[in-house]
Amino acid sequence: MGNTSSMLTQYDIEEVQQHFSQQEIVSLYERFCQLDRNGGGFVSGEEFLSVPEFAVNPLSQRLLTMLDGLNFKEFVAFLSAFSPRATVQQKIEFIFKVYDSDGNGKVTFNDMLDVLHDLTGQFISEQQREQVLTKVLEEAGYTKESLLVMSDFVKILGSSGLKMEVEVPVD
Amino acid sequence: MNSSEGKLKSSSSELDLDRPNIEDYLPSGSSIQEPHGKLRLRDLLDISPALTEAAGAIVDDSFTRCFKSNPPEPWNWNVYLFPLWCCGVVFRYLILFPMRALVLTIGWIIFLSCFIPVHFLLKGNDNLRKKMERALVELICSFFVASWTGVVKYHGPRPSMRPKQVFVANHTSMIDFIILEQMTAFAVIMQKHPGWVGLLQSTILESVGCIWFNRSEAKDREIVTRKLREHSQGADNNPLLIFPEGTCVNNQYSVMFKKGAFELGCTVCPIAIKYNKIFVDAFWNSRKQSFTMHLLQLMTSWAVVCDVWYLEPQNLRPGETPIEFAER
Repeated sequence: MGNTSSMLTQYDIEEVQQHFSQQEIVSLYERFCQLDRNGGGFVSGEEFLSVPEFAVNPLSQRLLTMLDGLNFKEFVAFLSAFSPRATVQQKIEFIFKVYDSDGNGKVTFNDMLDVLHDLTGQFISEQQREQVLTKVLEEAGYTKESLLVMSDFVKILGSSGLKMEVEVPVD
Repeated sequence: MNSSEGKLKSSSSELDLDRPNIEDYLPSGSSIQEPHGKLRLRDLLDISPALTEAAGAIVDDSFTRCFKSNPPEPWNWNVYLFPLWCCGVVFRYLILFPMRALVLTIGWIIFLSCFIPVHFLLKGNDNLRKKMERALVELICSFFVASWTGVVKYHGPRPSMRPKQVFVANHTSMIDFIILEQMTAFAVIMQKHPGWVGLLQSTILESVGCIWFNRSEAKDREIVTRKLREHSQGADNNPLLIFPEGTCVNNQYSVMFKKGAFELGCTVCPIAIKYNKIFVDAFWNSRKQSFTMHLLQLMTSWAVVCDVWYLEPQNLRPGETPIEFAER
């Protein structure tokens, strides 16, 4: 217990402190050290997968591309979107990043289809998924070829309440 | 969730998602009809529940919680307690510990002086040798337990030597099996450890018929499964003890048992070991401490108090798969 806090200085805490309290950052650091088995200072994708509750999540593969090789600062930044103090804008940005797999700032039809596939894969066929997605897109004023950008996402998701919060256990 | 009276008939119906029912909008036949307006792009794109679960798992999960060693609770320090505690420390380290080390050494001397001759001289007479070795192993385990001033209470009927029986127990530390061995000599399945413990394992424990495995070898699983099967079928082999959790758990939660123990088609007799936390925390965090350190720590504590419960034997119910059996 004692040796983990001494490796985390006050300066470090302030550097990463965006939305988390001091206590939460200390807890997160412990958690980070727990996950980082080989002590290299960063958590690899495999180490994340060793958490069974994460591995069974349908979006785990997509999240892994964002999570692989994170150091502690990036780890906290990743989780800051889930803090109750994060703004809706930040949460939407996070969701956008999950969709935008190639990171070019545009979400394509296929990106959305892929995420839908991750979530619903066994239950409906590919063709049905495409149909549903096309229909719903058209209804919202887009087409199959549209490339959605961040502001579109804000428009779509921003209006209703977005619940995306995680509580950091503080002992 | 929102199953509305759709004019559109859905294909399959076991959609268990926490979201509006997409299938209400799937076209039946070839015509696409007007959606009810409930499913919007917003709903499709909102993946926040899944993300929240993933982040929740990253931040804390119940599986890892089983492996945290609990930090010792700070005592209420005040003027009176502190000197008492100091005296306690002195007593433990300077008086109790040498006594226990002495007891342990005597035990080892006796054990070795009996074991080695028995092992070599009675090579021809296997049965007798096995019996004597069993008794000796039980003896040395009693010595071990005494060296920590172990107070063990056994509840329930003692296990008997019957074929097709497998024992499973929860596992908090290496000493678990020593405590159990004291009562009856079991054959255990364990991981090979480096150091002097490994030496012990290969020589002495061989006599009670233990099975080794190496987690790092992939093929090992099949070999081990085969050996397990052979062992449990043999009528005069020592009863087999397995720790299905696969590793040491901190005695507060019970990790779901791995199914291997339950595939053997034998009667499973569960054993529960519960340590009394007031006296000592017996959890062995094998990543943090080596076994020797752990032993020393135990010897310098006051006592190891635990309860061992022998529970009712369970059988595989007809039609139950091994996985379901394990979950019970």
